[in-house]
Amino acid sequence: MEYVMGIKGKGFAMVCTSATAVQQIITMKHDEDKILPLGTHTMVATSGEPGDRVQFSEFVAANARLYALRNKSKLSTKAIANFTRGELATALRKGPKSANLLVAGYDKGKGASLYFLDYLATLHSMNIAGYGYGSWFVLSMYDRMWHPDLTEAEALEMMRLGIEEVKNRLVVASPTYTVKIVDENGIRTIPL
Amino acid sequence: MASTRLNVPGLDGRCAGASRAAATLALGGADLASLAGGSPVASEFPLPAVQDLDRFENNVQELVKPEHGTTTLGFIFRDGVIIAVDSRASQGSYVSSQTVKKVIEINPYLVGTMAGGAADCAFWQRNLGMQCRMFELKNKKRITVCAASKMLANTMYSYKGMGLSMGSMIGGWDPSGPAIYYVDSDGQRTKGTIFSVGSGSLYAYGVLDQGYKWDMDVDTAVELGQRAIYHAQFRDAVSGGTCSVYHITKDGWTKIRGNNHYDMHYQYYPGGHPTAANDVI
Repeated sequence: MEYVMGIKGKGFAMVCTSATAVQQIITMKHDEDKILPLGTHTMVATSGEPGDRVQFSEFVAANARLYALRNKSKLSTKAIANFTRGELATALRKGPKSANLLVAGYDKGKGASLYFLDYLATLHSMNIAGYGYGSWFVLSMYDRMWHPDLTEAEALEMMRLGIEEVKNRLVVASPTYTVKIVDENGIRTIPL
Repeated sequence: MASTRLNVPGLDGRCAGASRAAATLALGGADLASLAGGSPVASEFPLPAVQDLDRFENNVQELVKPEHGTTTLGFIFRDGVIIAVDSRASQGSYVSSQTVKKVIEINPYLVGTMAGGAADCAFWQRNLGMQCRMFELKNKKRITVCAASKMLANTMYSYKGMGLSMGSMIGGWDPSGPAIYYVDSDGQRTKGTIFSVGSGSLYAYGVLDQGYKWDMDVDTAVELGQRAIYHAQFRDAVSGGTCSVYHITKDGWTKIRGNNHYDMHYQYYPGGHPTAANDVI
């Protein structure tokens, strides 16, 4: 079952997704990367219907790139999140896109940000956010653990504990997960 | 694989000129003429002579829709790509063909597999073949597996929710080496090393995962592909017929095997299969 969690810390944002590609009851793949970079300092973690999820996130990535090429200046994380919200809101009354996103980024002068953006085009700036059955267990856990001065090591430990909890409690937990971080140095994948 | 032709009681002959009484019944007793504002044209519209039209239509859809009766598999390994498929087509519980070709040869370096609706697979992969050829003519180089599968996925995504049914693997060799992608009618497209699609895929995965090694030689790989299809055909009632195995290298695809299921069975188990050899109680 799909699982997405995000944490905003001091000077960074970290996201985690399940790394499985599923078809009915079959796990087709254990290394599906559901975290797409949108430029150098923004990334989007995705869940939802496989077709919509990939098409929509690639559409957002292409538009962010197009904006940067046309205007010789990159969109901020906030701008990307609001652009994406607008596209989802327009689609909602036409052909809804079944894609839930976490937009995470780092902007010079503004610091890190984490946006919750679901398929109904709800946009929120959050400290912690998540999707999927797994998130019900983990959100409360993170509510307990999160504090404003969270370090990278603490956040990674939270991600580890979250995954452990999901594997422990959720019947349909994924066996593999991906964690990525974005800070002033850009986006990195963190080996678990 | 759901076959191309429908043969449903109530859809042949009898329904062609469905009686006005039956049409009225299907609409829950309302007079059709009054519904259509007294237009004689609307009341003559032929409807299947059934009680519950909605349920009947759904049943008909179910007959043609799912990936019934197919096992296809593909994997990449050190020496290329292996694609193996069965050859049975069914319509519900009826086996309509034992000699269906479920591998479509898009070009000498690229093949696709077919599971789901026969017409959807055949038509859209032929269409993909055309797009790949156009790419070659325009760009003066062969298309990559990545790009070809993306074109098919984009076609599928543009028809999403409109009833297409296709589960396909696109495998081949391009400058980056062997590659295989899974593409389906939901618009899902993903790269991988081992895939299996169809009603028998669960059985095929079992054998495949147990025997797969990246470093195996070609003979072992071909045998693994055939063995996985054989065991899927053995367990899955709607997979069967023959087993075709393709091997793709940098020099393109070759069809290595095309064995009858019955022959394979007695080759592997001359005295009958041990799990089926229990004494009758």
